[in-house]
Amino acid sequence: MKQFGYARAESVEQALNTLTSTSSARYLGGGTNLIDLMKLGVLSPDLLVDVRALPLDQITEQPDGSVRIGAAVTNSDLAVDPLIRQRFPAVSQAVLAGASGQLRNVATVGGNLMQQTRCSYFMDVSKPCNRRAPGTGCPARTGEHHNHAILGASEHCIATSPSDLAVPLAAFDAQLVLHGSDGESTVPISEFYRLPGDQPDQLTTVADGTLVVGVLLPASDLAGRSRYRKVRERASYAFAIGSVAAAISVTDGVIGDARLAWGAVAAVPWRARLAERALIGQPASTASFRAAAQAELAHAEPLTGNSYKVELLSNLTVEVLTELVEASA
Amino acid sequence: MTNLPTSSSITLQINGAAHYLELDNRTTLLDALREQLDLTGAKKGCDHGQCGACTVLLDGRRANACLLLAVAVADRQITTIEGLANDQQLHPMQQAFIAHDGLQCGYCTPGQICSAIGMLAEARAGWPSAVTAPAAGSAAPTDPLVTDPLLPDDEIRERMSGNLCRCGAYVNIVAAISEVATA
Repeated sequence: MKQFGYARAESVEQALNTLTSTSSARYLGGGTNLIDLMKLGVLSPDLLVDVRALPLDQITEQPDGSVRIGAAVTNSDLAVDPLIRQRFPAVSQAVLAGASGQLRNVATVGGNLMQQTRCSYFMDVSKPCNRRAPGTGCPARTGEHHNHAILGASEHCIATSPSDLAVPLAAFDAQLVLHGSDGESTVPISEFYRLPGDQPDQLTTVADGTLVVGVLLPASDLAGRSRYRKVRERASYAFAIGSVAAAISVTDGVIGDARLAWGAVAAVPWRARLAERALIGQPASTASFRAAAQAELAHAEPLTGNSYKVELLSNLTVEVLTELVEASA
Repeated sequence: MTNLPTSSSITLQINGAAHYLELDNRTTLLDALREQLDLTGAKKGCDHGQCGACTVLLDGRRANACLLLAVAVADRQITTIEGLANDQQLHPMQQAFIAHDGLQCGYCTPGQICSAIGMLAEARAGWPSAVTAPAAGSAAPTDPLVTDPLLPDDEIRERMSGNLCRCGAYVNIVAAISEVATA
C-alpha cells in the first residue's frame, strides 16, 4: 500500500475543501471496501478524508412523509431502524442479506452506494481491466464471467454492481443527496449510476469530489409491503448472483401498480420498468408475472458463463411477486 | 501530492487502557494490536475482512480489525479477547467454548468469541437477521428473541456467518453460543 495523508473532517464544507486540495484524495467512510482495495493496490489515494464522524448519522422522517437517511448511518443501524423496517421492509431485508455482522456494523450507507464492483479482473492489478485502467481491455467477456452483467453491459466492461441496498433504493425512486462545490443537490438514483459504455471507470454521473451526504426515500404505500430476495452461491455472507426488490398492489385480482428492481444483472441497480409496465392492468397470476419478467429479459445479452441468470431472474421475480400477493390476500 | 504527514500520533483505547502510538497511517488496527502492543489474540487470517479471525469489539460492536485503520479509530473504545476475562474469571462465552469443545486448532477462536458476544448483544437489542421470519401479515421481520428467547441454531449460524472455522468446529461453536444465549 502506498503512503497517504489522513484528515478527519469536522464539517461537510471542510471535507470538500480538503478533498479537492489534492488530485487523488478519497473520502473514507467505514472503509470496508476502500481499505481492502488499497491493500490490493487497486486504489492508491494520497489522502483520505475521513467523513465517518460527520453529523450524517440520523434517519429522520421529513414533513412530506419521505425518509432521509444520513450517509454515515451504518448498514446495521439502517437495517434495524423501526421506521425503515415498517415503511421500507425491502431496504432492511436487502442490507441484512449482505456482508457479515462485522462488516454491517462498520460499513456506511454512503460507502455502500460508492463501493466498487467485485469483478475478479478489476480486483487483480496483474490483469487488464478497462474499469481500473482505461484502455487495457476486458478479459471477462471471454474469461471468467459467471457473475457478470446480462443487461446494460458494453464491449468495454461487463461488471455488476455488488450493492444489495441499491436495489430496493432503485425500486422506490430514492434520491441521493449530494454536496458539491455548488452546495447541496439531489439526483434520482436512476441518474446517479452510469452504465459502463466506453467509460467504465466512471462509476457515477456526478463530479469528482462530490460527497454523498444522504438518501431520500419518498413516501410510498407500496413500499410498506415490499420484499427483497437474494440468490447466492452459499447460504450466507456472499454477493448476489441475482436479486429482486419488489412491491405490488392488487385490487379484485388485477394488478394496479408494481415496483421491480434487480441486482447482480448490470453495472447499476436495474429498475425493471418494462416488466412493471407489463404488469399493470393484468391479472395477478403466475402467467402475468412470467410474461412481465420476459418483457424485461428480452433485452438481456447473456454470455456463455452467465446465461443461467436469465431463467434465474425470471423465476425469482415470479416467486417474489407470488409471495407478495399471497401475503396481502 | 498532499503535504499532510503520512504518519500520525494517536491514542488507542484498548481494554480500558490508553496507549499512545506513533503510527504510519497505513497501519490497520489489527497490525497495531499485534505488532505494536503485543496483543496477539486477534488473529490475521485473510486480512481482507472475509474470515473474521481478527474480530474485536468497537464501542461494543463487533468489527473486523483488519479493515480498520488505527488512525481512524483513535479514541474509540476497543475490546479484544485479552480484555474479556475479569481477573482470573473467564467471560461466560470463553467458558462455554471450553465446555463445548468449540474449537480444534484454536486460530479462529478469539474472533469467534468476540463476534459471539457482539452478536448476542445485537440479538438482545432486537436486531433481526436475514433468517428472522417476517411477522404474520407483514413483510417486516419480527424480533427473534421476543418470539423465541432461545435464539434458534439457524439464527446463530446466519448471524455468525462472518466467522469461518477451517477445522469445521461449527457444531460445537453453535452449542457454546446457544448455551450463553439461553443463560
